[in-house]
Amino acid sequence: MGLLDYFRTSQQSSASLAKERLQILVAHERTSRNQPSYLPRLQQEILAVIQKYVEVEDNAISINYEQDDNQEMLELNITLPENHTKNH
Amino acid sequence: MSSGNHHFVEDKKLARIIVVTSGKGGVGKTTTSAAIAMGLAKKGHKTAVIDFDVGLRNLDLIMGCERRVVYDFINVINGEASLRQALIKDKRCNKLFILPASQTRDKEALTQEGVGKVLKDLSKEFKYIVCDSPAGIERGAHLAMYFADDAFVVTNPEVASVRDSDRMLGILASKSRRAENNKEPIKEYLLLTRYSPKRVESGEMLSVEDVQDILSLDLLGVIPDSKSVLNASNSGTPVILNKESSAGQAYSDVVSRYLGEDKPHRFINKEKKGLFNKIFRTKQWAY
Repeated sequence: MGLLDYFRTSQQSSASLAKERLQILVAHERTSRNQPSYLPRLQQEILAVIQKYVEVEDNAISINYEQDDNQEMLELNITLPENHTKNH
Repeated sequence: MSSGNHHFVEDKKLARIIVVTSGKGGVGKTTTSAAIAMGLAKKGHKTAVIDFDVGLRNLDLIMGCERRVVYDFINVINGEASLRQALIKDKRCNKLFILPASQTRDKEALTQEGVGKVLKDLSKEFKYIVCDSPAGIERGAHLAMYFADDAFVVTNPEVASVRDSDRMLGILASKSRRAENNKEPIKEYLLLTRYSPKRVESGEMLSVEDVQDILSLDLLGVIPDSKSVLNASNSGTPVILNKESSAGQAYSDVVSRYLGEDKPHRFINKEKKGLFNKIFRTKQWAY
């Protein structure tokens, strides 16, 4: 603690901290900007369907949308609990 | 006028429409609009500069013609005045005309159809139309960029401004006439203002390269933080007319670069203080 830490933390300039934060934020905002507006609702409805059959948490589903020059890809990721088949 | 040259043919019109935008307020949009409009006009191109900030007009003040406003943009849209009546001819340059925003009317009076009609009429007579956008992403800002061919994205080397600029880039790419008609997209340029090479060097300010890395935009120019900008607005003189000031010179370079001249970037690096400069402070930085 103390003096050594002070020198260690002050090594990163505030400008480079700003750049780091901006790069992460801007990348995130750009991906969500290019997503179709129906995506959040689609995610909710798919979750509801899955929950009819399997007990999964609300955050067990993730949707990733990617677009390049000639294709759009919708990636759907569902994390199933280990014992999900037992109830059926 | 010949209609045989490059991009003007495409839209069957002469004028090139430039929007000066930023998203964030207070970064230098109006200062920039006034400077580049004056710069283009001084180069001999007939130029109109329009204030889109209905209810909060300030371009008239920065241009020094606030006492000559009779009719405004909304009057023209509503057919209460002709363009000829509303346009204010600049007293320093006879190629430059100012169309002030309305100070009293409701923002709703600004319609896409009305703005489109005014721009079309101006296009018959002018070579460049500079649209000074209000801050934010509401109607005025949207309409200022909707018809644009080129966008000058005014950004300060500061987190909030860079983020808002990126947001504007998204809107420029999707919600413009060019985007809606599947035309060639609006050409976007970065204009970094309030730049302090000294603070960049000491690591307290984002550098030109940092901002370019994040926004990936063509750099049109860097305007150094300069006292002359406040002095210029105090007196209602576009800062580009101050040939002594670093900001004025930087804006001159911007105009030349936009017109296709090859001008190396200046005012990006900290001034090296030689013995000579230490004794006689150079004028460029003193003003």
